[in-house]
Amino acid sequence: MARILLILLATLFLALMVVLPVVAIFHRAFAEGWGTYLASILDPETLAAIRLTVIAALIVLPLNIVFGVASAWVIARYRFPGRRALLVLVELPFAVSPIVAGLCFLLIYGAYGPVGAALEPFGVQLMFNLTGIVLVSLFVTCPFVMREILPVLMVTGEDEEKAALTLGANGWQIFRHVVLPNISWGLAYGTVLTMARAMGEFGAVSVVSGAIRGQTMTLPLQIELLYNDYNATGAFAAATVLTGLALVTLALRGLLERFGPRRAH
Amino acid sequence: MRAARPAPHILPGFSLSLGISVLFLCLIVLLPISGLLWQLGGLGWSDYLQVMGSERVLTALRVTVTAAAAATLVNGVFGLILAWVLSRYRFAGRGVLDALVDLPFALPTAVAGIALVALYDKSGWVGGLLDHLGLQVAYTWWGIVIAMIFTSIPFAVRAIQPAIEELDAAEEAAALTLGASPSQRFRLVILRPLLPSILTGVGLSFVRSLGEFGAVIFIAGNLPYKTEIASLLILIRLDEFDYPAAAAIAGTLMAASLLLLAAINIAQTRLQAYLRTEA
Repeated sequence: MARILLILLATLFLALMVVLPVVAIFHRAFAEGWGTYLASILDPETLAAIRLTVIAALIVLPLNIVFGVASAWVIARYRFPGRRALLVLVELPFAVSPIVAGLCFLLIYGAYGPVGAALEPFGVQLMFNLTGIVLVSLFVTCPFVMREILPVLMVTGEDEEKAALTLGANGWQIFRHVVLPNISWGLAYGTVLTMARAMGEFGAVSVVSGAIRGQTMTLPLQIELLYNDYNATGAFAAATVLTGLALVTLALRGLLERFGPRRAH
Repeated sequence: MRAARPAPHILPGFSLSLGISVLFLCLIVLLPISGLLWQLGGLGWSDYLQVMGSERVLTALRVTVTAAAAATLVNGVFGLILAWVLSRYRFAGRGVLDALVDLPFALPTAVAGIALVALYDKSGWVGGLLDHLGLQVAYTWWGIVIAMIFTSIPFAVRAIQPAIEELDAAEEAAALTLGASPSQRFRLVILRPLLPSILTGVGLSFVRSLGEFGAVIFIAGNLPYKTEIASLLILIRLDEFDYPAAAAIAGTLMAASLLLLAAINIAQTRLQAYLRTEA
């Protein structure tokens, strides 16, 4: 009896709080038919926003992967002074709210910040453009890849790597043939998470993007702009793109958990 | 720094991976956060207190904290129920429920924001129903609570779930044979050992709610002195180029989050140690 009641309660809560809002997005997006939906998606400003979002994510992704692998490797395999501090710093962005994060970047890399002001004479501007968007996206996605790889490295241990070393393999060979196969699932999942988060970040990006129509508007910013312009259909149509991305992320996660090795936690 | 003592780093790649990590963290995490501290440092105590003491800032902080607390309360209860159902029962559709818990985490906050308005606005499905009853959620404090519940429920569930999976079913059976009443079994055998993880879940949910921006601003109405959250006020001060005021509010918010997380960490360790000695 308690069992049925609790399952019912849990289902009801998720249906009301999670499923219904997502259904509402698609309902509003298609309220005026397929034609309007497609026209909204193919609107030049929305397309430009999609393009910018993808470009930013494609820059963030490799940088975050290199950092994630390097930091997980150094934390898992070596003992050195400052190791704990490193771990805390990687996780820190989780604790900083998006607007505060954006503000931090503005205060240091903006025209009035010490670094921004020092670079200005050279004609280098870091904020209110693609660079700014990439920098804050790196901040908000910073722990994602590392977090997925670190537990895997901890569990697999270093015996195989040492064996490869004694057999004469160099660093790159060890990484390519021993480490990479071990961490590939974690890496894949971390990459998916980074991608989704980088493309969907709103608060931090809205502080540093400059919000120039058709130029520095990422997709989430474009959604806000359309919504505030009373173009609800356009906003919800654009939102379906990001919702689709979120659903794909969840599906990939499900696949990785099902067919990948059991994730270590 | 002096060259590290000859540590037994047998595996290659130490300097390279440490170098990459330190460089990245300096540019992306350390420098920006010191930017905020630098701005705060230039602000005297009296300036800081003047910014934080203004009626508008105090109201925004109160709205943010009370809404986050309300959302956290709901998430504590439903987080426990969801975690329990997902880890204890096997039923058709369990996998779907499990995946749905992560949806708020995967869904971009701006999308969540307009989705919730679409639902809770007078013209929306739920908002229309509530309107008949004379209730309004969208553009009120309650709307802020709903948005915070949405974005932070995964944190509560995912923190509690592993602890339930580790509960010893034999203890529950033993309590049953020893004649414990259902309420005794729930309080002493189930709830007690779960307390540390519930604390973590509730704490993470609260910290996340404090800083939530995207999901909230669409449904909040954003009326100064009424439904304006702290994050939005930071953005408004920024648009006015009042960097010191923005930094003061942001610094307060960040310090509160970090202190809370540290406190949760310590409390969790203590509680675990206490429960272990009691057992």
